[in-house]
Amino acid sequence: MAKLHISTTINGEPTEYLCAPDETMLDVLRNGLGLTGSKEGCGSGDCGACSITMDGRLVCACLVLAAEAEGSEIETIEGMADGEALHPLQQKFLEMAALQCGICTPGMLVAAKSLLEQNPNPTETEVRYWLAGNLCRCTGYDKIIRAVMDTAADMRGAA
Amino acid sequence: MTDTQYMAPQTLDEAVTAFAAGGEAARILAGGTDLLVQMGAGMVNPGVIVDVKKITELNSIEETADGGFVVGAAVAGAVLEEHPTFGKVWPGVLEGLNLIGSTQIQGRASLGGNLCNGSPAADGVPAMVAAGAVLTVQGPNGRRDIPVKDVPTGPGKTSLAPGEIAVCFTFPPRPAGSSDAYLRMIPRTEMDIAVVGVGVNLTMKDGVCTDASVGLGAVAPTVLLVEDAAKALIGSKLDAAALDAAAAACSAACNPIDDKRGTIAYRTKVAGVLLKRTAAIAAKRAAGV
Amino acid sequence: MSETTNKWIGQNTIRPDGAPKVTGSAAFAADTNMPGMIWGSVLRSPHAHARIKSIDTSKAEAHPGVKAVVTAADIVDFPVDTPFPLGIQDMRWMCRNVMAREKALFHGHPVAAVAATSEAIAAEACKLIEVDYEVLPHAIEIDDALAPDAPILHDFIEFEGKPSNIAGTLEHTKGDIEAGFAEADVIIERDFTTRPVHQGYIEPHACLVSVAADGKATIWSSSQGQFMVRAMTGLLTGIPQSDIRAIPAEIGGGFGGKTIVYLEPLATILSKKSGRPVKMVMTREEVMRASGPTSGSKSTIKIGAKKDGTITAAEGIYWLQAGGLPGSPIRGAVGCALAPYDIPNGRTFGYDVVSNRSKVAAYRAPGAPIGAFGIECVLDEIAEELGMDPLDLRLKNAAKEGTQAVHGPTYPLMGYVESLEAAKAHDHYKAPLGPNQGRGVASGFWFNAGGESSAQVNITEDGNVVVTTGHPDIGGSRAGIANICAELLGIDYRRVSVLIGDTATIGFSNLTGGSRVLFASSIVVTESTNNVIGTLCALAAKIWDIDPEAVIWEDGEARPAGANAGQFPPLTLEELAARANESGGPIGAGAQINTTGAEGGFGTHICDVEVDPELGTVQVLRYTVLQDVGRAVHPSYVEGQMQGGAVQAIGWALNEEYIYNKNGHVDNPGFLDYRMPVASDMPMIDTHIIEIPNPKHPQGVRGVGEVPLVPGLAAVRNAIHDAVGVRFNDLPMSPPVVLDALDMAEAAE
Repeated sequence: MAKLHISTTINGEPTEYLCAPDETMLDVLRNGLGLTGSKEGCGSGDCGACSITMDGRLVCACLVLAAEAEGSEIETIEGMADGEALHPLQQKFLEMAALQCGICTPGMLVAAKSLLEQNPNPTETEVRYWLAGNLCRCTGYDKIIRAVMDTAADMRGAA
Repeated sequence: MTDTQYMAPQTLDEAVTAFAAGGEAARILAGGTDLLVQMGAGMVNPGVIVDVKKITELNSIEETADGGFVVGAAVAGAVLEEHPTFGKVWPGVLEGLNLIGSTQIQGRASLGGNLCNGSPAADGVPAMVAAGAVLTVQGPNGRRDIPVKDVPTGPGKTSLAPGEIAVCFTFPPRPAGSSDAYLRMIPRTEMDIAVVGVGVNLTMKDGVCTDASVGLGAVAPTVLLVEDAAKALIGSKLDAAALDAAAAACSAACNPIDDKRGTIAYRTKVAGVLLKRTAAIAAKRAAGV
Repeated sequence: MSETTNKWIGQNTIRPDGAPKVTGSAAFAADTNMPGMIWGSVLRSPHAHARIKSIDTSKAEAHPGVKAVVTAADIVDFPVDTPFPLGIQDMRWMCRNVMAREKALFHGHPVAAVAATSEAIAAEACKLIEVDYEVLPHAIEIDDALAPDAPILHDFIEFEGKPSNIAGTLEHTKGDIEAGFAEADVIIERDFTTRPVHQGYIEPHACLVSVAADGKATIWSSSQGQFMVRAMTGLLTGIPQSDIRAIPAEIGGGFGGKTIVYLEPLATILSKKSGRPVKMVMTREEVMRASGPTSGSKSTIKIGAKKDGTITAAEGIYWLQAGGLPGSPIRGAVGCALAPYDIPNGRTFGYDVVSNRSKVAAYRAPGAPIGAFGIECVLDEIAEELGMDPLDLRLKNAAKEGTQAVHGPTYPLMGYVESLEAAKAHDHYKAPLGPNQGRGVASGFWFNAGGESSAQVNITEDGNVVVTTGHPDIGGSRAGIANICAELLGIDYRRVSVLIGDTATIGFSNLTGGSRVLFASSIVVTESTNNVIGTLCALAAKIWDIDPEAVIWEDGEARPAGANAGQFPPLTLEELAARANESGGPIGAGAQINTTGAEGGFGTHICDVEVDPELGTVQVLRYTVLQDVGRAVHPSYVEGQMQGGAVQAIGWALNEEYIYNKNGHVDNPGFLDYRMPVASDMPMIDTHIIEIPNPKHPQGVRGVGEVPLVPGLAAVRNAIHDAVGVRFNDLPMSPPVVLDALDMAEAAE
C-alpha cells in the first residue's frame, strides 16, 4: 500500500516519516524512528505503557494512527529529560524506588508529567485515577503514587 | 489484505462523499479508541479511514442562546470536560463520557464514537438517552436528526444509513431545578466495561420530581429508555416507595446476558440498586446541593 | 537490628540501571533490531484438544516474502518415556509446549511458525499453513479432567494402573494424623478452590535471534535466566551450548513466567533456516492464551485443635492444574501449606492434574499461595470457634528455631513469631472499623533458594569497580549488589557499576527465581570482592615491602595493620589501581559457587476491607505487610517486593481469573477483562520490615520477593468474612459472587 509522508514535531524536533495508512503511531515511533522508550504492553489502550502526548493531550500511541500526527506536536519519554538533567519526576522515581522492572515507567512518567501540568496539587485519589490506565504489576503502585505526590510538592515549592 | 487509505478532510461534504464512496469497508475515525483496537485484533480491515477531526462542526461545542448545547460528535471527553459550562448543566452526560477508559482514552474518545460503535455497554449513551439528546447525521441524502435513544439497534448496529456520519448532538435547554447523573457498576474502580450503567435526568420543584427520564445500559441488546422508571419517579418526592418502584421498573426492563462481565441475576439486581443511587445524586444536584 | 557501622548496606541508593529506565533508553527485549532482520509469527491451534494428523506448509513457503517455516519436525524430540529434567522443568514437556507434536493440547498451542519480511506477511502466511486436525473432546476444569469419562490427554500417563489425567503426586507426612485428630476438641474441614491467574508482566515475551553462517547463534531475549535460555534452546534445536550466546535484555516483569522459553527455539530455527536475524514478539492475546499462568486448584483442608488453641493435627489435600502438560507446582502447595506452624501430626498431599489449558509456569512462590489459602482460612474459623484472636492462635502454634516442619526441615533462627508479634502491636491491628468493614490476617511461607551463581569483580585502571553477575535483574537487585560491594570496599556506591553478563561473559548462574538472586549473588560478590581486597592488600604490602598480613583494608584504602607494621601513608583504591602492574597486573576476582543456606521466609499480612452489600464490590481500605527479610540491603526495593506481592495477592483474591467459553477458549485474553489491580483500586501498602539475619549468609540476607504473595489471598478473604459474616471458600471473590452469597445468607436468615 502507498505510504503517506508525514511531517510532525517530536520532542521539539521537526520530524518526517513515511507510514502505512493503517500503521499506529507506536509502530512508527518504535520501529521507524527508533524511539523505543514507548513500550507496547497490550496494543489495545489498556496498559498505558505507550503513553505519549499529542498536542499536549495524553494518549496511547497504540491507539493513534501515525498518519494523524501530520502537523502535530508529539512528546515522548525520550523528550522528558533536558540533556543530562532529569525531569523532577524522573529524579524522584529513582530516589523513591518507584520502579522495579521499569517497563511501565516511561508511560507512567509521561502520564504523571501530564497530570502535574494540568493539576500541580493533586490529591492521592486524583493521582490514582489519573494513572489508572497505566498498569504496573511490580510495585503495587504505592511508591509511584508517593513519588508523583512528592514531586508535585517539590515543584510547587520551587515555583 | 486490502490496501487501506487514510484521509482527513477539512469539510463535512468531502467526508460524506469519501465515506459513502468507501462503502461497507469505510470507517470513520474520531478518537479511534474502538476502531484501532478492532483493526489491531484483525476484526476490521478498513478500505478507507475518514478522519473527521479536522472538520470544525464535528469538533466544536456551542452553547445556544436558549441554554441548550450542540456538541460535535468527535469532541474528545477531555475537551468536553474543560468546557466552562457544559458539565454544570449536564454533569451526568459528562461523567458518562468521562468514564470511558483511562485518562489516555479520554484524550481521544468521543460521544459520537461511543454511540456509533453500538455497544450496549457504552458509558456515554445512557445519560444521553436520559437527556433526550438528538443526534444530527449527514449522508449522501442530506441531513437528518435522530433521537439518541433510537440510534443503537443492536450490538454493533445503529440506525445510521449507509454513508451517514454522526455530526453533532443537541442537548435541549432545561428548566430550573434540573440535573442529571450517571453511575455504572464495574468490578474494578476504572478500566472496565460497564456491567450495568444508569443515567437519570430529573427536574425537581419544591422537593417534588416534576420530570424524569432514565437510560439503562449493558442490560439489553441496546441502551434502554426506561419509561416505567421515569413514571415511578415523576410526581414523587423520591421517597423510598418511589425509588423502590423505579428500581423495580429498571430490573424489569433488563434483558441481559450471562457473560464474562456479569450474570443475568447480578445485572438485574444491580440495575435497581444503581437507579436509586443515581437518582439520589441527580436530585441532589438538581436541588443545588 | 542492622548494625550502625554499615555505610551502604541498608541505604536507599539510586539503582545502577536507573537513568536508562526513566529516560526510555533501557533496552528491553522488543527494543532491539538488526539490519536484515525479519519477523516471525506463530500459527496456533484453533482447538482446545486435537490430534495433528498432518501439516502442509508448502503454500506458506511459497508465499512472497516468506523466508522460513518451522514445525515440530524441526524441534528435537524428547521421547515421553525418558525423563529429561532441566531444573524444575522436563524437556519432554518443554519440547511439546514450544510446538505441538502429536497433539494440540490447548487453544493457542503453537503448531507452526513462519519468518517473513514483515510481521503482516508472516501472519498472513501462517493462515496458508494447512493443518489436518482430528478434533477431540476437551477438559478444562479439574473436575472435568478427573471425571470417569474424561478425555485423556496423554495415553502414556497412568494413575493407579489406569489411563488418567493425574500426572503425579507428592506427599509430606509427620506424626500420626489420625491420633492427632482424635486428640482435638474442635475439628474443621472445608473445601476450597482457587482460579488460575496470570503473572501479568507488562512486557510480552520477545526475542531477536541471529544465527551466523557458521551456525553460531546470538539470542537477545527477555527472560529470568540467560543460561536457561541457552540450555533450553540448545536442547530443542540441537545446537551445542558453546555455539549459543544468550544476551539478557532488560526484563519487563516475569514473576516466574519467564523461567521457560516459548519463542527463542522457534526464532533460532527460523534464523538458521533463513540466514536472517529473526524477531518474534508475542501479542498480549498470545501471552494470555499460550504462556503459563499458575494453577487453578481445589483442596480439602482439615485442622483439629484443643480448646487452648493447640493444633493437634492438620491435613491438606490439593489438586493443581498443570495445563496441557505435566508439572504443576504441587511442591510449593504441599510444602508451604503448613510450614509456618509447629504441628505434631500433619499430612499434605498434592495431585498434578493435566487439562486442556496452557501449560502452567512458575508464579511468585509457585503453589505456596494455593497451599496457604485453605489453611489460613480454616485457622481463621478455628480461632472464631475457640473465641481466640487469630494472631494469638497463630502465635500459639508458630514455628520457631528448632521446629521440625511437616515438609521436613528443622528451622534455624528465623522471624515468624516476630512477624506475628509485630502485627499484634501494629496500630493497624487496633484501628477502629466502620459498618461493612472488616479485618483479616493470614501468614505465609516460602522456601527461598540458593543454587549456582557467578560473579566477577574488576577494578578499573582509574580505581573504580565493575561488578558482573549472571542473573537478570527483575526488581532492583543491581542496587543491592552495588550497596554490598561498596560496603566491603569502603567506597562510594556510585563508583560501583553493576552489570548483568551474558552467557559468554560470566559463569553459569541459575535462574532469577525462588527469591534467590540477592541471596546468591551477594555470596559470590562478597567472595569476589574479598579476594580483590586481598589482592589490593598484597599490592600495598609489596609497595611498602611489608608482610601482606600486616595490611588491612579500611574506608577504601590499604593501611598498615598497626604501629608494628610500619608507618606508611594509606594507599587508596585509585593509587593502587594505578600501580597494579607493580604486582601481577590487573586487579579482579571472580567466584562461581553453588550457594547454600537460603533459609525460608515468613510473613504476616493484615487487611481491612469494606464491602458494598448492594453491589458486592470489595474495597481494600488498608493493608500491612510484616515480614522477616533477614537483612534489608536496599530497604526501598525490599518494601517494593512486599507491596507488589501483596497487590498481586489482592488481585488474585478479588477479580483475576481466566474465563473459558464452551469451546475451551479463553474468553478474556487481554488487560480489559483479565482484571489486574489498577492504581485507583489500591490503598497505600504499609510495610514492616523485620530483620532477623540469616545466620548462613554473609550479610544475613533472606529471600524476600515471594513470601508477600502467599498470605494475601486468605487475608483478604478473612477480612471479607469479618465485614459481612460470610466465609468465601472459592476465589475470586468478584462482585457477582459476593452479592450472590450475601443474598443467599440473607435468605437463609
